[in-house]
Amino acid sequence: MSVIFIVLPLALFIVAIAVVAYIWSARTGQLDDLDTPAVRMLHDDGV
Amino acid sequence: MTIPRASATIGISCTHCGLPVSPALVQPDATSQFCCAGCRTAFEFLSENGLAAYSSFRDKRLAPVQSTGRSYEEFDHPAFAELYVRPASDGLSAVELYLEGVHCASCVWLVERVPLLVNGVVRVELDVRRSLARVEWNCAAVPLSMVARALDRLGYAPHPFRGVARDAIRRREDRAMLMRIGVAGAIAGNVMLASLALYAGDFSTMEGSFERMFRWVCLALTIPAILGPGRVFFVGAWSALRTRSLHMDLPIAIALGAGALRGAINTVTDSGPIYFDGVTTLIFLLLTGRFLQQRGQRAATDAAQLLFSLAPTTARVVEDDDTEREIPSVALVPGMEVIVRAGETFPADGVISEGHTSINASLLTGESRGVQAADGDLVYAGTLNVSAPVRVRVNVAGETSRLAKLLRQVGDTLDRKTPVVAFANRLAGKFVAVVLALAAFTFFLWAQRDPSRAWDNAIALLIVTCPCALALATPLAVTIAVGRAARVGIFLKGGDALESMSQAGRIIIDKTGTLTEGRTALVTWIGDPRYQPFVLALESGSSHLLADGFRRAWPDLQAPDAEGVMHHVGGGITGRVLGHDVVVGSPRFVAAHASGSRTYLSRLSDAVLTPVLVAVDGRVVAIAGLGDRIRDDALASLNALRSRGWALTLLSGDDPAVAVAVGARLGFAADDAIGGVTPEQKLAYIIAARAAATGHSPVVMVGDGVNDAAAIAAATVGVGVHGGAEASLATADVHLTTPGLEPLVRLVEGASRTMFVIRRNIALSLLYNLIGVALAMTGLINPLIAAIMMPASSLTVVFGSWLGRTFTATSPAHETVEGDVALTRERQRHAA
Repeated sequence: MSVIFIVLPLALFIVAIAVVAYIWSARTGQLDDLDTPAVRMLHDDGV
Repeated sequence: MTIPRASATIGISCTHCGLPVSPALVQPDATSQFCCAGCRTAFEFLSENGLAAYSSFRDKRLAPVQSTGRSYEEFDHPAFAELYVRPASDGLSAVELYLEGVHCASCVWLVERVPLLVNGVVRVELDVRRSLARVEWNCAAVPLSMVARALDRLGYAPHPFRGVARDAIRRREDRAMLMRIGVAGAIAGNVMLASLALYAGDFSTMEGSFERMFRWVCLALTIPAILGPGRVFFVGAWSALRTRSLHMDLPIAIALGAGALRGAINTVTDSGPIYFDGVTTLIFLLLTGRFLQQRGQRAATDAAQLLFSLAPTTARVVEDDDTEREIPSVALVPGMEVIVRAGETFPADGVISEGHTSINASLLTGESRGVQAADGDLVYAGTLNVSAPVRVRVNVAGETSRLAKLLRQVGDTLDRKTPVVAFANRLAGKFVAVVLALAAFTFFLWAQRDPSRAWDNAIALLIVTCPCALALATPLAVTIAVGRAARVGIFLKGGDALESMSQAGRIIIDKTGTLTEGRTALVTWIGDPRYQPFVLALESGSSHLLADGFRRAWPDLQAPDAEGVMHHVGGGITGRVLGHDVVVGSPRFVAAHASGSRTYLSRLSDAVLTPVLVAVDGRVVAIAGLGDRIRDDALASLNALRSRGWALTLLSGDDPAVAVAVGARLGFAADDAIGGVTPEQKLAYIIAARAAATGHSPVVMVGDGVNDAAAIAAATVGVGVHGGAEASLATADVHLTTPGLEPLVRLVEGASRTMFVIRRNIALSLLYNLIGVALAMTGLINPLIAAIMMPASSLTVVFGSWLGRTFTATSPAHETVEGDVALTRERQRHAA
């Protein structure tokens, strides 16, 4: 059971990475418009 | 939602936009067919640039491409750059443009391909929901007017977006809020996980070192949650205290602070419960509820910004040496002479100094019939010059024009409109006082009986009465209802509209374009149908509004050639068709040319219609009645509203006689069908109606034009109908995207069902709190159980909102119709 002393901080570290990634995405405006990108990815760029 | 149009799909459809092509425009040998010149231009433009792939995947387009063909020279004016253009990275310039006619996936594709069409444009990004395009370009390499022209030729007429500064502030706020919610959610989830391990450890046996570690981990996670996302509640509580008022934030802050502090002490001393799971979940759920509410309220104030983007931005001025020059319409000064071509909008108020034309003022006055104007007549900014170019001497320009005043009134009423305070918020003050008093009471009660439990029971009460279920009750139900309404073509800008419309009140309905179809159509033809081609032969070359009605009525009729066609302004048309002298026009005009007009006039008794007489070889042979046709579903929908207890009033800018006649047909009493009303009077009428309304009964304005915009904004709830002017849609709280009045009935039904769900939510959470308070005061639950009960109450509210029937695809009134259709299909299958 003592493995938890290693695993728990590790889990928290991964969470920290996810939170930092989320903050980055919110700060750079990736969450401003949730409708258009969903449509944009449908267009191929083969023109 | 697509409505199959049986008659339209038989013909040839346009290669570009998919709409039916009028037989007159079909080219026998061509592979591509177009419904209008705009579509042809856009299609050719696209194929030249290798973008023909557009046609392979585009969604069904609602409107044909209409290029305005303007030069957009004002976009290059230094004053324009000063106002709207901002520097971007890499020495580029950026501008936000509001585009007309954006509605689907292909619009994103097309608009974002502009950098391929215009050298020097680096990036174009379109926000579909708000129709805003952000253009980044090299201003040294290419003028903005060229970019604007490219967009215009694609069918998206650009307007400068006049709200950039406020938009930036708002975007920053939104991002900060999203960050808070994300961080709070991540922390709450992880604290909950660790706490779960602790709860499990309570029932089995957990080694002390593990337990201590989990408790310290929870503490370590809770501290950033309080200092980061949770800070807003402490700030709110502090400012409430300073102003000596009670605010919802106050008990929240006390519960958060006390819970976290007590939890921290217990962690350090290694005794008693920690409250960290409750504290962090509380922060997360409250922030989420607040965010949903904020977004709903904000959309309503967005509107006025878009409105100002629509005023005409350019004018063609005649210089002293008779040359023309385009200038921004803000630069117009009284006394200048401008030329307004046919099909253009007047840029300022003024007097016609040269020329003779027909003006469509329906945007401003609601009058659906064209008005003749000649030398010396007043024209207003925002009205449309229909038939011929005229010169206008400017009287009033810019800020003081009638249109500008009207638009400003719209803005004013929007600002003044107090947001309807949600039921939960009205309760907040009392709720807070009661909770604080109860917590203090519990504390002192137990301090005397059993001091060791006083602290626990008071915190349990604060946690169990946590208002998150209450705070979520309204915004959640409203958000879900708004989403479902959008799926059936009803777009709501905020929850207030639903709240107000759940109660019957007064609905004031505009006539033109709302009850009627908003365009001139042939309603009756009395006489031999043999003469119809004669009429078409004369009218086919005319741009008059009535001629348009004839052309639409007989799209399949082959018109013979006409010779010597003469247009007599304000009277009619004469000419020779197949060897006969034909006269088509107003009764007075035709009476002067032919005999027998009186007998035909008496056969057309309808006051609503504009009579047009047809004479062949000096004898009247037919009479046509043209008018604005009443929508098919109008009477049924109005009666459905009446049966729900709504009082209805018809308010129209059209001729009073016409208003009364249309009203009588739709069951309005003569007093309730008011015609000849100016936009200003409409506004006054709405304000008077609101003042006269008792209690919370709403005054709803339903309309479609700029003439309704101020009235729509002033009403408790403003509803813009399908096909309305952008201005009225911008100020409306609700936008109905399917034609007819049936969606209005659906809206009213959905609103009352939504309010039912909200009330049920509030009742549930209050009941829950009552039980919790009773348990906490009697010491039956400790803070731990309170912390488990708290999210459970929020969950009931979430499920309650989700399962509630609010807006459904078919309204009860129309289920029978759907049933019949299903039955018919069934029969057809059997027959096959």
